[in-house]
Amino acid sequence: MSTGTAVGPAPHPRTVVALTGVTKEYPGPVAALRGVDLTVEEGELLGIVGPSGSGKSTLLHIIGTLDRPTAGSVHIAGHEVAALSDRRLSALRAQHVGFVFQAFHLVPGVSARDNVAEGLLYSGLSRSVRRRRAADALARVGLADRLDHKPHQLSGGQKQRVAIARAVVGEPALLLADEPTGALDSASGAAVMELLRDLNREGATIAVITHDTEIAAQLPREVRIRDGQVVADVTHGTAATTGAAL
Amino acid sequence: MNGERGRGGGRGRGKLKAARLSPRDVAHVGSSGLRSRPMRVVLSALGIAIGIATMISVVGISASSQAQLLRELDKLGTNLLVASPGESMFAGEEVKLPEESVGMVGRIKGVQDVGATADLNATVRRTDKVDEDDTGGIAVKATTADLLRVLRGEVGSGSWLNAATGRYPSVVLGHVAAERLGITEPGRQVWLGDRYFTVVGILAPLPLAPEIERSALVGWEGAKRLLDFDGHPTSVYERSADAAVEDVRTVMAATVDPQNPQNVKVTDPSSALRAKAATEGAFSSLLLGLGGIALLVGGVGVANTMIISVLERRYEIGLRRSLGATRGQIRIQFVTESLMLSGLGGLAGVALGAAATGVYAQSGGLPWVVPLWAVGGGFGATLVIGTVAGLYPAVRASRLSPTLALHAA
Repeated sequence: MSTGTAVGPAPHPRTVVALTGVTKEYPGPVAALRGVDLTVEEGELLGIVGPSGSGKSTLLHIIGTLDRPTAGSVHIAGHEVAALSDRRLSALRAQHVGFVFQAFHLVPGVSARDNVAEGLLYSGLSRSVRRRRAADALARVGLADRLDHKPHQLSGGQKQRVAIARAVVGEPALLLADEPTGALDSASGAAVMELLRDLNREGATIAVITHDTEIAAQLPREVRIRDGQVVADVTHGTAATTGAAL
Repeated sequence: MNGERGRGGGRGRGKLKAARLSPRDVAHVGSSGLRSRPMRVVLSALGIAIGIATMISVVGISASSQAQLLRELDKLGTNLLVASPGESMFAGEEVKLPEESVGMVGRIKGVQDVGATADLNATVRRTDKVDEDDTGGIAVKATTADLLRVLRGEVGSGSWLNAATGRYPSVVLGHVAAERLGITEPGRQVWLGDRYFTVVGILAPLPLAPEIERSALVGWEGAKRLLDFDGHPTSVYERSADAAVEDVRTVMAATVDPQNPQNVKVTDPSSALRAKAATEGAFSSLLLGLGGIALLVGGVGVANTMIISVLERRYEIGLRRSLGATRGQIRIQFVTESLMLSGLGGLAGVALGAAATGVYAQSGGLPWVVPLWAVGGGFGATLVIGTVAGLYPAVRASRLSPTLALHAA
């Protein structure tokens, strides 16, 4: 696995995320991101960790192509984001990026299966194909027996599993999980993290954004953010180069 | 890494093209907001429904009344002409039609029936105790026996004047005249001129000849004998074949009074009824305007609901953007929602308006007419309103930052 140093504007074919010198400034004195370089290769599972106000949310927006940087270049799944129109950027999200949110964002009153199928709505697939794949994705997250349950009939952990199924149903190049355990008790949270690890073993590239250093420490790679900069990029299980930064 | 993921990554180097939503998906997404809040849908569609219902019923009720009049007109026929003395060139000079004019008109080609009346210088009262000036607006006329057939009139009760009764002091009353005299059945006597006349019949309503409805009719010969009638008709009525009406009209004045055709006025009583039908058809623009205002207020209500809907569903919009919805697809979703909202109101309004027209027509014995153009126009108006009302909220929704979904709800 890569150690995540910057690469040039023409990334390796296996590179899913390539940020070079990314800076994001909002009106006001403080820049949210200041010259971030980050590379994520296919098949990685990494944590992006930092306290609130560190800029990790902004980083998530930029990696997820929901926002554009003020300066620097962003390549997601081989596409230079700055060059894309809204339509193409939306297509990029539809095809290559899956999101998991802290608050799940399931549609109330709609079955688990249809919630997951919603993840393919903007992919151009027919309704029957979307529903079939949704059933497959729910089976993948261990909810094959909950296809017709409405969100209010599911526990928090199950809701997050449905949300994860919705994120992976389109087989995205990158799965972005924003505080996926933030709204869950520790047992459900541990189960959700285990699911993410399973998906990663099956080949999914996953970035978990969290403020929880404990969670981040369990992941193969840990990118620490503070004051809009990457202060450490650690690969666990090889050498513990962590330390003074946090 | 297994093969499946590899494929996923490989696709990433391909072209990016936003997928189109099928019409069914657009309808599904557009109605999702409505399905989750049925009560709000009912209330905000109600405004549109009231507006459309008002407009449909205003148009429908006038159209029904008009259809009724036209139907009546059809029954009465449009082939009746009346010749009467016009204004004389010399003021105050009494103009009379020649005695032989009735026979002359009968010989015009195409004329089927001829009848005549003559105004008499007499009054009719309930008794001789009633003041002579208190005529109740009832005219006394001499009539030929053919008049009723020419007018296609009917006797409501009693009988029409015949050769025998026409000679003696007997009278037939128009239905308004009978009402004013307080006479409900034949057999009663009324004071006419200087003696009592026996009422032998009361006529049914005559929409084409309101002047006869307000008359007491005395036989032609009886009038000459009893009321000093000089035999000069005042009005000559004729009924001809439909095709001959225009030809008859051209020669009628000259036939009635060959010496002074300019003194003869020829009128077509059905034209007045036709004008009335046109007036009935011209619906009250005031009511229509009220309906329009209700519709406008309904449209504002829909716009308001849509703005609230967009504010409430910021997270859903963020979610859809993160799932790959383009700005255009978000706009279409909300315009569709607005269209459906007002379209529902429009449908309900058309149904309500048609039902209200139906109830009115039923109670008034009118035919039930709801013009298709009004239904189409009303429904089209709701679609225009739905689009306009939804456009601004939809544009706002599409401009919301897609990062909204990531902030905790």
